[in-house]
This record gives sequence, C-alpha cells and structure tokens, in this order.
Amino acid sequence: MSKRRVVVTGLGAVTPVGLSVVESWENILAGKSGVAPITSFDVTDFPVRFGASVKGFDVETVISRKDAKKMDTFIHYGIAAAVEAIKDAGLEVNDANAERIGVAIGSGIGGLPGIEAGYDSFLNGGPRKISPFFVPSNIINMISGNLSIMYGMKGPNTAIVTACSTGTHCISAAGRMIQYGDADVMIAGGAEMATSKTGLGGFAAARALSTRNDDPTTASRPWDKDRDGFVLGDGAGVVVLEEYEYAKKRGATIYAELIGSGMSSDAYHMTMPSQGGEGAARCMVNAMNDAGINPEDIHYINAHGTSTPAGDVAETQAIKTAMGHSAQKVAVSSTKSMIGHLLGAAGGVEAVFSVLAIRDQVAPPTINLDNPDEACDLDYVPHTAREMPIDIAMSNSFGFGGTNGTVIFKKLR
Amino acid sequence: MSDIEARVKEIVVEQLGVNADEVTADASFIDDLGADSLDTVELVMALEEAFECEIPDEEAEKITTVKEAVAYINSVQS
Repeated sequence: MSKRRVVVTGLGAVTPVGLSVVESWENILAGKSGVAPITSFDVTDFPVRFGASVKGFDVETVISRKDAKKMDTFIHYGIAAAVEAIKDAGLEVNDANAERIGVAIGSGIGGLPGIEAGYDSFLNGGPRKISPFFVPSNIINMISGNLSIMYGMKGPNTAIVTACSTGTHCISAAGRMIQYGDADVMIAGGAEMATSKTGLGGFAAARALSTRNDDPTTASRPWDKDRDGFVLGDGAGVVVLEEYEYAKKRGATIYAELIGSGMSSDAYHMTMPSQGGEGAARCMVNAMNDAGINPEDIHYINAHGTSTPAGDVAETQAIKTAMGHSAQKVAVSSTKSMIGHLLGAAGGVEAVFSVLAIRDQVAPPTINLDNPDEACDLDYVPHTAREMPIDIAMSNSFGFGGTNGTVIFKKLR
Repeated sequence: MSDIEARVKEIVVEQLGVNADEVTADASFIDDLGADSLDTVELVMALEEAFECEIPDEEAEKITTVKEAVAYINSVQS
C-alpha cells in the first residue's frame, strides 16, 4: 500500500517575539531576541530572573472571558495558535468532514501555574476551596479537548506528552494518522507556559538554565563557548496537516510536504544526552529512512540547539554521525537563540519556522554565536539570516527521559 | 434592590460571563444563564467567599436563581 501524502496547509504561532506567525517570523529573520527579565511574579530569590515570555497577549481575542477562566495559560496559547493555523488553512469544519478532522496538540508540563494557584487555595482554605475547574483547566490534553469542542472536530482527539519532544511527536503522530487513514486533517503542535515559581525554580534547580541575569538577551547562545544553559520560554506552535489529495481538492494553499518523521530513545539518563548523541543520531536516521531521502538532500536543520553545554555538543556529534560528509554542508540553526526553549511547544514553533524556511528560501540565524565552541564546528548560520535554496528542512527535538523526535519537510513538487 | 442582591448579581455576572440585564431575580443559572453543573459549584464557592459563609452541598443544590441565593444568604446572616 502506498502511503497517503501529508502536506502542511496552515500555520499558527504565539512566541516570545510575536503573537502571530507573520510577526514572529519577521522578528526571527531579523535576529531579534525575545528574552527579558521576568515580571509576572517576584523572582528576587530565584537564581534565574529572566525568561522568554509572551508579551501583550490578550486571550479574549480568541476565547470568551468566561471560558478562558477555565483554562490555564498554556491552553490559551495553544488555542490561539490553532485558531490562527485553522484560519490560515481556510479550513471549514462541517457535517460532511467533521469526523475526518482531529487534533493532536500537547504540552510538556501543562498547567503548572494553575496547579500552583489551586494548591494555594487548598492550603489557605482546605479541600472545599479547590475549584471544580482545577483538573480540567490544567491537564495537558485540554487544548485538544477544548479546540475540538470549539470547532466540532470529531476525529482523533489526542495529546502526546514527551517533555521537549512533545510538539514534534504530536506532529509526527498526526502525520501518521493521516497516512494511515484515521483522519484527513489534523491540527497538530504544542504549547507551553511553565514560567511559574515551581517551573522556573525546578529547571534552575536542575541546573538546566542560563544564569546570565545581567544580560538576558545574550543568554541563549547555542554552540557558543560561553553558553551556560537554556532560557525558559513560553508560547505555542501549531500546523494544519492535511492529506494531499484532500488539500488539493479543496484548493488549499500548500506550504510544504511532511515527508518523514523519526523517533528514538537514548535509554541512557533522565536529563543528559547519550554519549556522542547516538540516540539523536538514530532518530535523524530513522526520519531520513522514513522520508526515503539521503543526508545530502537536506539543506537546512532547525536544531534542538538549546544552549546547554552538553546538549549542543551531543547534537553536533549526532548530526555528523547521521549525515556523514553532508554534515559539513548543511545549514544548521537554532531559533532558540532568540525565543529560548519553549519545551513542549518548541517542536510546534520550530516546525512552523522550518516550513517557512522552505517557503521563503531562507535559513533563520543563530544569534549570540560569537565564539563557537571548538567541539561545535558545523555551519550554524551565525548572527544573520541567510537566503539559500532549501528544498528539504529537518527539525529536531530532544527531551528529558531521553526521548527524541525528528520531522522532515519538503518543498512541494 | 438590597445590597446582598446587588452583590449576588455582580458575582453571577462575573462567574457566568453574562450581561447584567439578563440576571433577573428569577433567572435560572442553568436554564437561562447558560451555566453547567461545574459553573454552579464555582458560583456557590464565590458566594461563600463573598459572604463569608459555608453553604453545605444539600443547600447549594437548592440555589438555582439569584432570588434563592439572596434568601439563603439572608437566612444565615440574620
């Protein structure tokens, strides 16, 4: 049986550098940083006092105030990005197609700020003060749940949770569902808003975050000698995936084709990458095999590139292992240098950027890469975006628990 | 309109996201104002908070309109 082809027909994003795809992409290509001091709560006692928060977001532009109250912020971001993507795709859900349209939008952590607030209510007033919406406003699958209700989408309704691989795994699984015939259209991606007391404190305690408090905009510096951890970011990235013939028939604008995806496990350590990035390398190889392409076919990689000392070296080694000689030719960049690490949303947002890199034939830059680490010697597109032919783009995500995900997009032929 | 009634209406407007003119004394939270069972639980919690009282579940079930809420609060405050 030949595989059904899967194409991307809609994009949506809420990021630290923009409340829409257009605004975010413009700032990404301009190399603007979205990192700033955290002002949403008192960070005085925290070792890390900055992050990549979303600025100026008004939930009531997409969800009524009454409904918005019953959803934690990560759900707001996820729905906003999904609404943008659905609008962009020109998708109308009706009685004829509703059962063939599904949702797979996950989150790495979910409603951490809401869980904190709910627990405060319990501590202050006992069990009677826990809201009846405490559970449904904070659990991870409620972006998919609420979105399906908003639009009447009656196909698959799921949310994969794999830490920082969440968005990528949701997109790859959604693609599989279309290939296999479970659905004709899937709204897929990830969302996150974990910049809360325990979120920031927890990642800081794990020594995962940069502590460059005196100069936040230069804190996310993937592959640079002076990198010292990632920057916690918030937002959402969502794509509309669609079966090729279905998209053609309804006259949808097609951005790119999702030609392959891969997964693997490090089976090594809770938070550290495996030696030489071997798990990540297998993941990329699996994706290339799934796509039926060779390493030299890939022109651009939107790397995981979180700016951690170990992760950046491991991914560099993994790209060399997976791609051989082609590793020296491929353009690799980390948009996390500008928006920080959006955890479960990272794969969603970075899929959007990878697709746009193909549409616009431009590789976004890695900012702050002033002095590359000697162990990091690929072409990381430093400082400024680069216009170049991009037929095929790969996007990597790796998460705590040694979970790896890769998706590959191709210009439609 | 009593102070209690005005405050109850204010809370209903806030909790259920409805317009003030819809919130008549006899409007049913569920049938007329679009609340579901979880909304009514949270509404009762908001009333408890505002009037510093505890409304037992068996009493809460009987509060389905502004009028009934006002009557209950009057009864416990007098």
